[in-house]
Amino acid sequence: MMSVETEIRFTLNGRPVSLKVPATMKTLAMLRDRLGMTGTKYACGEGECGACTIEIDGKTVNSCLMYAVDCDGREVVTIEGLRTPEGLHPVQQAFVDHGAVQCGFCMPGMIMQARNLLANNPELTREQAQRGLEGNLCRCTGYTKVLDAVEAVAGKNTCGRATP
Amino acid sequence: MEKTANPTTKQTLIGTRVKKPDAPDKATGKTRYINDMVLPQMLIGKVLFAGRPHARIVRIDTTAAQALPGVHAVLTGQDATGLKFGFSRDNVALKDKVRCEHDEIAAVAAETEEIALRALALIEVEYEDLPGVFTPEAGAREDAPLIHDNFPGNKSLHFEFEHGDLAEAEAASDIIVDNVFRPHHVTHCCMGTSCAIADFDHNGKLTIWTQTQYPYNYKMDLAPALGINPGDIRVIQPPVGGAFGSKLDVYPYEPIAALLAKKTGRPVKVIYSREEEFKASPTRQAAIIHMRTGCTRDGVLTFRSADVLLDNGAYTSWGPTIPVIMMRTVSGHYRVPVVDFKAQAIYTNNPYAGSFRGYGNVQTTWATAQQMDMLADLVDMDPLAFHLKNAQRSGEVTPQKSFLRECALVECLEAAASASDYSRKRTEYAALRDAPGRYKKGIGLASSVHNAGGAKIHKSDGIGTILKMDDYARVTVITGASEIGQGIDAVITLIVAEELGVPLEHVTIVNNDSDVAPWDVGVHASRTTFIAGNGTRRAAQKAKAQILNAAERMLGEPTETLDLRGGQVVFERDGTPLIQLERLLRQMHFKAEPELVMVTDYYEPKSEPEGARHISDHSAAYSHAVHIAEITVDTLTGEITVDKVTAAQDVGRVINRMGLEGQVEGGLAIGLGYALSENMQIDKGMLKNACFRDYKLITAPEMPPLDLHFIESNCAEGPYGAKGISELPTIVIAPAIANALYNATGVRIFNPPMSPETVARAIHERRAQTNAGKVATPAEGLAV
Ligand code: FES
Ligand code: FES
Repeated sequence: MMSVETEIRFTLNGRPVSLKVPATMKTLAMLRDRLGMTGTKYACGEGECGACTIEIDGKTVNSCLMYAVDCDGREVVTIEGLRTPEGLHPVQQAFVDHGAVQCGFCMPGMIMQARNLLANNPELTREQAQRGLEGNLCRCTGYTKVLDAVEAVAGKNTCGRATP
Repeated sequence: MEKTANPTTKQTLIGTRVKKPDAPDKATGKTRYINDMVLPQMLIGKVLFAGRPHARIVRIDTTAAQALPGVHAVLTGQDATGLKFGFSRDNVALKDKVRCEHDEIAAVAAETEEIALRALALIEVEYEDLPGVFTPEAGAREDAPLIHDNFPGNKSLHFEFEHGDLAEAEAASDIIVDNVFRPHHVTHCCMGTSCAIADFDHNGKLTIWTQTQYPYNYKMDLAPALGINPGDIRVIQPPVGGAFGSKLDVYPYEPIAALLAKKTGRPVKVIYSREEEFKASPTRQAAIIHMRTGCTRDGVLTFRSADVLLDNGAYTSWGPTIPVIMMRTVSGHYRVPVVDFKAQAIYTNNPYAGSFRGYGNVQTTWATAQQMDMLADLVDMDPLAFHLKNAQRSGEVTPQKSFLRECALVECLEAAASASDYSRKRTEYAALRDAPGRYKKGIGLASSVHNAGGAKIHKSDGIGTILKMDDYARVTVITGASEIGQGIDAVITLIVAEELGVPLEHVTIVNNDSDVAPWDVGVHASRTTFIAGNGTRRAAQKAKAQILNAAERMLGEPTETLDLRGGQVVFERDGTPLIQLERLLRQMHFKAEPELVMVTDYYEPKSEPEGARHISDHSAAYSHAVHIAEITVDTLTGEITVDKVTAAQDVGRVINRMGLEGQVEGGLAIGLGYALSENMQIDKGMLKNACFRDYKLITAPEMPPLDLHFIESNCAEGPYGAKGISELPTIVIAPAIANALYNATGVRIFNPPMSPETVARAIHERRAQTNAGKVATPAEGLAV
């Protein structure tokens, strides 16, 4: 039972990638199992937890729902792409500084979503952040320190495009 | 955050905000969780679950699965027969009879997950379904189907504790409340799903990468499932996506991974999908609690009795052992002179329970804290005054001999009540209860007590610590203390930096390999900051003594005049630097009679073993917490919105303030889910809502503002005075909301969760009763 493979090309964290993927493969599986990009997490596979959140052409998506072939020709950013040569992205740094990270398993998705919210609305309020992060489940932190971190970055205009 | 100490003043990091050392890697996706791990030659293991609650296996045929290219092994019950494990030795990795939906019937190791799944589909099993038992009451009936042949009457564990004369105490009571509470099944929902990787070497030694939170007892518990010596198991703990008590036992997927590895000679990884995680993980213990509490007309507690029936599920993990903690709350939640406690666990064909943050106390406090509120109402006292009247103070001893050395219950009550303006709001909201209007406000107070210095339920509650320093004054702490996200890494780092005057960044922790790190009982019972904190501090102080002795010999200054600050040896009195610490260490190392700084410590807390009669001071400390919930109830839909939570907790002393807040916030979120929305819908043993869409965790918008108050009682036995804290936040919030709901609407909910349906129905029923002219008794109280 060999499934048909399709060749796709896209930009991953600013670098060109090309590979063949089966038509049924999800983007999350491609990132983790084919490309070794394990920063993006699986926690439900059904679009209900946000652990697999990545950014495609500036919009966040649940990579567990999106077919890998649909990445063709697009610009993909994962948690590994936020870091700059100077160090952590300001949102990542704020999460560290405010104690938002416990087990950390939800954090790649949470940070991708938070950064995207801030990029679209640099003046994001705490209430807006709460609503914007509704789709990202965290079992450890109770979200309080996540919101503290987002609040600390809001208004600083540091969340332009993530692509290095 | 203070990175390096200022040498002129004594460094004190205690109570500051220290970052988790692993946070940068976790925030950048660099951390390699066990779920991310791939080893050379690794195979993927998949499990075939029964998918029915009770059945005989008539026939099982694995021929087609075996023949599938890419399949390396197929195992069934025949391959693990007799290798029983678990508390009651009633579990086995692969079953020969089905006792619950998620019983493991067969397992496959294959080159890819896709092949493994196809192989599972090729396994033919013929079942003969048997009548099942789905409630403990049904299981206890004489004619109930038997689940395990060797457990007659489906009887599992039994516990009892009695103190004082119950009949006399009842007679002396003016008021008795008598209710049945049914705390429900919920599950941990760790974001990282269950996973184990097993590999045998050719000397027969097993290495297992696991999410366990108790690595040393884990060896002992895993070995019988494999028929090997615990000494032949090496446990490696990569970073995990949460645990919360769920990884405090061995579950069948772990011996299955090992059995597949043994059979194939290759590493095998078993990892659950979210659906498997929901179905096959342990639950929080469900219970039926018949509780009675009495008091005099002027509000003095006279007795408390609890008759508890536990739904054991199909096998015995930690769940049915919770009466050990339940009875401490029944006998110790306020001054209870007479106590009568009984608990019986009955096997059923339901999923079985493990330990879950709050371990038994979530269930008991749900009952005790509501009855405290009911009694206050019946004797017409402000619940705050009622609580204060019965509150225990420092120096008191409970009927089970828990010695409350430093008790800050009164301070917690006062702090939470005054910060939230509790008494005024309570009176105001109660007066508006039956006024017109769809939305009602309520405020509710609840409290509890929990062990805060470990719990000596094993023969030891101790920890081993090894501390070494290199030639550059970098410190490595090799400790049994596991990190599961809770932040012991930051606490250990902070304590070492405090004692040895080195920067936080110069401390490394090795705590994930049982062949390297010494014994510890694991992350449970809110014990790690207390136990590992003490172990670390003692080891660091030994190292400091060795360093200062060497400094005395080299500098000719007496040790009492010296200190370690800012990476230097300094004069204690004014911080004048004498020598760089790393230079001193090199001089110690390379002199004629060389010495290295490498110390060991074994710390065993001063607590007594639990014992069969449960009369012992089983923890080195106890702590109290008071939560006050302010809510708005939509009386039409039954929806509860939590507007604010004020939480006061006796923490002994704050060590890492940021980590402490995080534990309280996160614990509260789990407690809120338990109170309001989480519920495993189990129908005749089958889980109906195995996904996050239908099993609702608390999300960011539902998290209320929190007002946290940390009361520092300075525990003499704790590290710098600290107590363990992480379970109480999960324990106390649900009854605080229940009491707020009563304040707002006059209804009581006995069976959580307080979902909109449940609340709306209760409000509707109360209205119907009131309209029919029947005055609803506020608390089903019985005046005697
Ligand atoms: S793994 Fe994609 S949303 Fe949960
Ligand atoms: S930090 Fe553990 S799930 Fe969010």
